[in-house]
Formats: sequence, C-alpha cells, structure tokens
Amino acid sequence: MTNHWIDFKNSDVILIMGSNPASNHPVSFKWIQEAMDKRGARVLSVDPRFTQSSAKAHVYAPLRSGTDIAFLGGMIKYIIDNNLYFAEYVKNYTNASYLVNPAFKLPGDNNGVYSGLEGSKYNKDTWAYQTGAGGVIKKDMSLQDPNCVFQLLKKHYSRYTPELVSRICGTPKEKLLEIYKEYASTGKPDKAGVELYAMGWTQHTVGTQMIRTMCMVQLLLGNMGIAGGGVAAMRGESNVQGSTDHGLLFHIWPGYIGAPTASLKTLKEFNEKRIPTTKEKNSLNWLKNFPKYSASFLRSMYGTNATPEEAYAMMPKLDDGANYSWLVLFDQMYKGKFTGFFAWGMNPACSGAHANKVRQALGKLDWMVNVNLFDNETGSFWRGPGMDPTKIKTEVFLLPCASSIEKEGSLANSGRLMQWRYKAVNPPGVALPDGDIMSELFFKVRGLYEKQGGPHKEALTKLTWPYGKKTLDGHYHYDPHSVAKEINGFFLADKKVENPTKKGDFKEFKKGDPVPTFAWLQDDGSTSSGCWVYCGSYADKGNMAARRGTKDASGIGLYSEWAWSWPVNRRIIYNGASVDLNGKPWDPKRPVITWNGEKWVGDVPDGVGDPGSGRPPFIMKPDGVASLFGPGLVDGPFPEHYEPLECPVEKNLLSPQKHNPAIRRFDKPGVGSELDVYSGVTGCDPRFPFICSTYRVSEHWQTGVLTRWCPWLVEMQPGMFVEMSVELAKERGIKNGEKVIVKSARGEVEATAIVTPRFKPFNIDGNIIHEVGIPWHFGWITQARPKKKYGKLDKKPQVFTYGDSANLLTPTIGDANTMIPESKAFMVNVVKRG
Amino acid sequence: MIENIKLFDTSKCTGCRSCQLACKQWNQLSAKQTRNTGTYQNPPDLQPNTYLVMRFQEMDDPKAGVKWFFRHHACMHCTDAACVKVCPSGALYYTDMKTVGLNRTICIACKECVTACPFDIPRYDDKTDKVYKCDMCESRIGNNMEPACAKACPTGALLWGDKEKLMKAAYKRAKDLGGDAKVYGDKFVNGTHLVYVLQEKPALYSALPTNPSVPLSIVLWKDVLKPLSLLAAGGVLAGSFLHYIIHGPKTPDENGASKKEGGE
Repeated sequence: MTNHWIDFKNSDVILIMGSNPASNHPVSFKWIQEAMDKRGARVLSVDPRFTQSSAKAHVYAPLRSGTDIAFLGGMIKYIIDNNLYFAEYVKNYTNASYLVNPAFKLPGDNNGVYSGLEGSKYNKDTWAYQTGAGGVIKKDMSLQDPNCVFQLLKKHYSRYTPELVSRICGTPKEKLLEIYKEYASTGKPDKAGVELYAMGWTQHTVGTQMIRTMCMVQLLLGNMGIAGGGVAAMRGESNVQGSTDHGLLFHIWPGYIGAPTASLKTLKEFNEKRIPTTKEKNSLNWLKNFPKYSASFLRSMYGTNATPEEAYAMMPKLDDGANYSWLVLFDQMYKGKFTGFFAWGMNPACSGAHANKVRQALGKLDWMVNVNLFDNETGSFWRGPGMDPTKIKTEVFLLPCASSIEKEGSLANSGRLMQWRYKAVNPPGVALPDGDIMSELFFKVRGLYEKQGGPHKEALTKLTWPYGKKTLDGHYHYDPHSVAKEINGFFLADKKVENPTKKGDFKEFKKGDPVPTFAWLQDDGSTSSGCWVYCGSYADKGNMAARRGTKDASGIGLYSEWAWSWPVNRRIIYNGASVDLNGKPWDPKRPVITWNGEKWVGDVPDGVGDPGSGRPPFIMKPDGVASLFGPGLVDGPFPEHYEPLECPVEKNLLSPQKHNPAIRRFDKPGVGSELDVYSGVTGCDPRFPFICSTYRVSEHWQTGVLTRWCPWLVEMQPGMFVEMSVELAKERGIKNGEKVIVKSARGEVEATAIVTPRFKPFNIDGNIIHEVGIPWHFGWITQARPKKKYGKLDKKPQVFTYGDSANLLTPTIGDANTMIPESKAFMVNVVKRG
Repeated sequence: MIENIKLFDTSKCTGCRSCQLACKQWNQLSAKQTRNTGTYQNPPDLQPNTYLVMRFQEMDDPKAGVKWFFRHHACMHCTDAACVKVCPSGALYYTDMKTVGLNRTICIACKECVTACPFDIPRYDDKTDKVYKCDMCESRIGNNMEPACAKACPTGALLWGDKEKLMKAAYKRAKDLGGDAKVYGDKFVNGTHLVYVLQEKPALYSALPTNPSVPLSIVLWKDVLKPLSLLAAGGVLAGSFLHYIIHGPKTPDENGASKKEGGE
C-alpha cells in the first residue's frame, strides 16, 4: 500500500470496497476503530454482501459483483460536477493539464472502445500527448481545452449518471449519492480519505482498472501522499508483498524491474528500453537510474564470475509476446508441455481457477516436487476424487518444510514494512527451512551441470551462492542474514563515490562495505544489490528490519524506528504531494513532512525538492506528475465499465461493448482447451442464473492448506457453505443449514446453505438478479472418508471438514493486464442436494 | 485489593473470534467435530470444551437495515454467584480478584451449579464427570496479566482493567453510542465481572437473560433455610448442653425406680 496499516487511524473517511478487512485483516480494525473513536472517522462499506466490515460501518451500500468501475465512475462525475476536487493539487500534481492527441477517441464516441483497437490489442498511437517545441508536452493550466486530460476525464465520466449507475450496479440511487457525498468530502485540504481493497478488486477482467479508478478519485481529492490517505492494497498473505518485491512473478525481476524479453539481446538494449525519458525540465524522473539497479542486480546473481553484460546474456528471457501467467502455465501443463513442476508452498489443486483442469494437468507431469508443511490436494492429486492412480504416471515427492516460526528470516507486510522474525521452535522430524532445501537442490543440479555439461551450463555453474555453510553433519545451513545483506547490497571493490545528494562531497568505500541507500548504487558493476528498493535495510547500522523502537516522533503513527520499510524507511510514499508548491503541508494538523529551514523533517521525504524548487513530486513517473490519463495499461487510459465475462445481463447498459476487449478468451480456438467453457457470456444462461463470488473467513486462510489441519479452527468453521438471500432460498425451497450443491459450467461443490438477509436480490435494470457467495478455504483431503484407508505416513485430521474447493467452479478468464482470474464474478446454480 | 472487570463492547467487536481461539489455546481445550448449521457460530453453544463462544446474530430491520451483531458469551463472574452459593464442596469459589474460580479436583459433579446459574454457563461432561466454565484465566490475572481473550482482541472490544475506571468508560461509551445502547451487568447479582456495553436491547441477544438473579429457591435454601436449620441444629446442641448442666445426666432415680425396694 502507499501508506501503512497504522496510518488508517489518521483518516476522516474510510471506504471499504473490494475487501472485507474485519474478517480478513482483523488487526487492521484496531486502527479503523481508533480512527472512529479518536477522530470521529466515517466508515463506508460497499459490497455485494453485508459483511463483518459492513457491520461496523456507518453506511452500507450493496453493489453487484463486477460493477465497481461504474460505481466509482459515477463518483468521479459527482466530484467534478460538484466542484469537490482539490483544484490546486490536481492542476500541479497530475497530468490533468496535458493535451492529448485530438485523434484520440473515447468509448462514448467509439462504440464502447478506445481508438486504436485492432482485434483484442490496442494500437496506442492516438493515446499520446500533443507536443510542442523541443518535444515538450503541451498543457493548458486552466484545464479548459477540450483535449486536455481534465476535460476528457469529465467527458468520459459524464456518461456515468447516478440513474445509469444505479441500473448497472443495483445500488439504490440515494445510497450511491450518500456514499459519493461522504467520500467526496475528503477533497478539502484538511480532510483525508483512504480506500481499502483486496481481491474484491483484483480478481476481475477489469481488476487493474478498478484499482485505477480509485487512484484517480484519490488524485482528484488530493488524497495521495498525505496522512490518512492513499490507496491501501491489503495483501492476502503475510509475505506476498515480499514475494512480489523480490520478483516472484513471471514478468519482473526483484525491485519491480520489468523482466527482459528475448529481443533485448544486450544489457545496453535492455536498459535503453526500460529507462523512461521526459522533456519536463523539472521532473526528477528517478527511473533514469535504472542501469544502476539492473547492473547491481546482475552482480548479485553472478558476482564477479561474469561482467554485468555477460550476466545479462545468461539470464533467462521471456519470449516476445508470450504470457507466462498462472492460467497460461496450467493450460500448457494440461497440454502436456511440462515434464516437472515444483509446487513450492502452494496448493494449485485448490487455489487455481478451474481446479478440475489444474488437477488433470498435474496428471500430465512426469514428476512433481511438493514442498509444504502437510499433505495437500496438490501433492495427493493422484488419489483425489475422480482420479484413477493406475492411470497416472506423475511421481510426487513431498518435501516437508519448516513453518515461518521454525526458521529465521523476514516478512514484508502490506505496508512495505520488512520485519525480522526469529526461530521459536525446531521444525519437526526431517522438515527443513526452504532455503536449506533450495540450496541442496541447487548444489546437486550445479554439480550435474559441472560434470555432464548441458545447454546454458554457465548460467547455472557461474551463479554465486554465498548463503551459508555446511554443518558438521554435511547438511547445508542457509543463513537468512547473508541473503538480507546481499539484498541490501555491497561494494565489489574499493571505490570513491560522490554523494548523490551533495555535490563535491565524496565518500570512500572499501570492498565489501554495504551500500547505504540505492542512491549510491553504481551502473558500472562496482556494486551488487539483490533488490534495489531494499537497499539500506542491512547496511552499516546493521539489520534495520530487526529494530523494535516504539518512539513516534511524528505524532501521526509513523514509528520510524520500528523495523524498516522500503524504500529508505519511508512510511508514506508520494509524501512530496502532501505539501503545496511552497513546501507547506496542505494540512498542518497532520503533516507528513515539514521544512525546518534547512531540511525536511518527519517522514523520509519523497521526491520533493527544496520548497519552491518547482519539482513535481511523483518522481517515479517520467514527467513527475500522477496519471489521471494512463496510457500504460492495455485496456484503456481511463477505466471503463465492462461486464464480467460470465454475467447475468444481456447488454452492457453503458455501451455496445459488453466485455473488456483486451482479455484473453481461453475458449477461442488455439488458445485454451476443451475444458475451458464459460456460461452466460452472450446472455443469461438459465442453467447458471446466479452471480457467484468467492471470499474468505477469519478462521481459515487461503486454500486451508494449513488451517484445515488445525482442530480449533475447523471446529469454528467446519466446512464449505454458500451464503444466499432469504428470497433466493424461498424460491428454491432451501432451508438454512441444509446441504446444497453449487454448480458452474466447469464443476460443482457441496455446501451448507446459510440463508441470510445479508445478501439481497439486485434490481438490475428492472430484473431481479440473485448473487451468492462461497469461501474458497476447503479441499477434499481433510474430509471424513469412512472407507478411506490411511497409510502409515498419512496424516488423519482430528476434526474433519466438509466440502471441496470453490475453485472447481471458477472460470479460466483473467484480467487484461495481470491475468488474475475473475474469481469474484461468475455464474452458478444452487440446488438442493436431496 | 484490586478489583478488575472484563469489559466487552459489542460496538467494537468485529466477530473475528480471536478471543474464542485464544481461550482454547490458553486452556488447552479440545476441539470437537462440528457442522455448519447455517451460521458462523460454532460450536453452537458453550460446552465442556468451550468456555467462550462468540454468538452471531442477524436482524433485518425495515428502518435501520441489516444488522449483524456478535456477543462474547462466557461466565459472567457474578459478585453474588449462585454457583458458589450452591456448591457443596467449595470447588466453585471467589478468588482474591472477586472472579469465580473452579477447582475441578474437588468437584463432586452434583450439577447444582448447572441448575443454579442464572446465565446458564457451567457445562457438565459425563465422560469426565466434571463441570467446566471460564475461570477468567485465573493463572494469568493472578500474575498481572489480562485474560487470554482480552490479550488477543485486536480492536479493544475486550478490555481488562480496574472496575471503577472501566465502568466509567462503559457508561460513557453507552451514552456516546446513543440509541438503545446500554451497560449490562451492573444491576444484578450485585454486579458481574464480565460487563457488556450492548448496542441493542438485551432482549434481542440470544441466550442473554434480561433480568437474571440468583434463583429464589437457592436464596431461600442457602440464605434462609440453611442458616435457620443450622441455627436449629445449634439450638438443639446448645439446648441439650444446657439441659445437661442444669438437670445433669438422666439417672435411673428420676424415674422413681429407686423408690421401689425389691421383694418386701
């Protein structure tokens, strides 16, 4: 998130939309409650279902799953029409004044799509800015020019009238306006609003754009970079922030460096492609430093065994145009394209969309290595329901690993806070920390390459691996401190470097000295750093993530001495936008940074130059200003409402374009497989008439791969349920607590019906449409199976669960930008089990 | 002596159930097989292995809209505890902190406490032949720590602290909340040590008595009949003793038997 958890207490209005923090991030409610108690903050809940968060909110508004862009688009219209935007902030800190190519067409004038659509891809030539002398972007600071971003924004969202939004979303018009009014009140300089989102916004074919709509709202209201503001992405796993920071997604290297494609053959070409350029003379354009980060990362991989250029040549590349996302990966696996698979700390048989396809795909492998704490549906897929082990050739190795409390290391939470953790107990039996397992595997593989050779042998044999040592019993003990130090980075040779923030001031570094911050990283290969945004976390002052200082000098809950947040221990990013052009905080009562005459004090200042310098504060954007108009996404520079792929309506009421034109349909010939079926694409399918969404409960986590083995948790939440409205239950003759079956075009699950007023039927343009919801925490392996024989090494649950995975129902369709599956809006049927 | 209370504020509770889990963990209670009966509430009620259960209730009010409220259901730790009153063995007792402790080793499983409790808290287990209930984490509170449930609560819905201070805060909170909000636990059994700030009327909460009191039969039995009978028993003893002093022991002469001479 842009801010951090504790910062919620500084908000005046907290919008909970696309998430349910009371259930799924329970400790966050400590800070939300404090905001309510200490500053009278208002809490707004917008959700298809009245959740535990809604139970604490001041206002609850129902919303049909998948229609969040319509809802927020209406909010943008409301803000502009009622002049509630923070004009000075918008003019100076966003690209509102930028003039766009007059050939650019908005969906309202172009059959629901932007100009440049060719098939399912956009040619973005018309999405460019007008430029003048010297290639500088033309602007209209009065925001009146019909081609300026602000006027285009206004025109685009003028179609999102409350009447139309209400018909699309199923939200009563008065509730829409109530939410709009409350939230838009944070447009004043001394008011702060924050929005909390999670998978409720990411897991849609328009997910990225949903989040972007909110970023735009926050920019219009001047809520980015201030205390109590920002956009709060609440991560779903205690260290998933760390995992993305360190590049565990297919498209990035650590530090969010875009992974190179095969056509970028040299480091020079790669750097050139990645370095953003700008003609804005005052823009700092921080990513111009990209070559320092790429060189330092390459050094962390190969050390001095290769030059950065050689290292680059050895690193794997992405085939141009190829997509390696989860949905594509498992599709390829289903088609037999993989020999082996490491399912490391994950349970795809329950977490992957269209779990039936995943489970069958696993059967096409020659081998699988399943590293986890306990047996699970993935490692044991071959003996799951509907599987015939005699017909499956996959050899599965289950490697037991240590849990987070059985090893030392760090976790990075949603607030970018890296906190060191210690080992409390030894792992049981032969379980080992992942680092130990990974190291041993690497040594074996490297040894084989050294002996037998093989393609790209040196890519393996030249890797450095200084992460520990063999103990007396010959076992390798991975040391997280060595990794943390390498992530921070160090000098590979003695070097005298000029202080990046103080010209003429030089510092002498010796070989092996840690790099103080990423500003000191070098592009000539003299520095190494495993992840540039973490540079400074383990430098000359030691392990900053282990600090537990409880002083808060800021008064706004920054706690700058507790652990360490990236980058450079900054707690609120974009805080340069929290002050006006003269460096004065917009809100003197909640200042994030203040100028004391000589320097900025408070939080670590972000991007802001000295007061009056005229430097635009969003330094990570090439032009220094935030994007209201965002041509970087694949499906449009402004978010536009499109319907979920599987949906209950005939038409998109907003335009003739029903679905996001840039999505990848797996049912198209040559794309997916015969298993990739959808329902309700062109019109409501009577076989599957209800909208279904998936969500979580406090008591279980993810696929329940760990929590379903904990008797206390299972006692509280013993099994699969489906929440439905009283009206729907009556229609189907379903009683509360009765067993039912939920089915989609792809599969079915048994569940207990929870009949509740917390779901109400939606009135969508005069039609009654029902929505139901299911948790995705369950799987077959912890079910009671009276006839099952448990093998000697098999784990038998103390308390059994009921029901299999919700993902047996979800579709293989993903967000146009990220490919995350649309698990929050698809079509199902619910029938009595009998 | 310190007198603390556990204050539960329904308006701050999100139903996360950290408290219910913490209680299981601290007391090392077992988990039993449950099934979903159409609610998140599980186990469905207090049990010998469940000293604290979070109760989930929904309401659909035409004016106020949908409501979902959560109640922390556990022993109220009464100042005048019916269970302590009836317990023949002293297994149930008042601690120094004025909470109600339970020493299971001397529990004789008479189950009088189960019938007597106006809040229906103690649970009997026929497998172990013992009674079970929350003991306010006696091992913790006697060592300057709050009960496990209060420690686990993330939002401050559960607080452990000085009775006077927390009662004051409770009244203020009820006042600030307005509507039907009120404090519960101050007006009966001479005050409880689990006190609630309820957002709704007490009658709306499941399994929550609106006017609990120590049952009259028990009051009559223990406070009237028992003292009287003890008095009576004591009177008999005292009377007999007095009689002995005044009249001396009963001798055969008193019956006139000594006046008769045998044979003449």
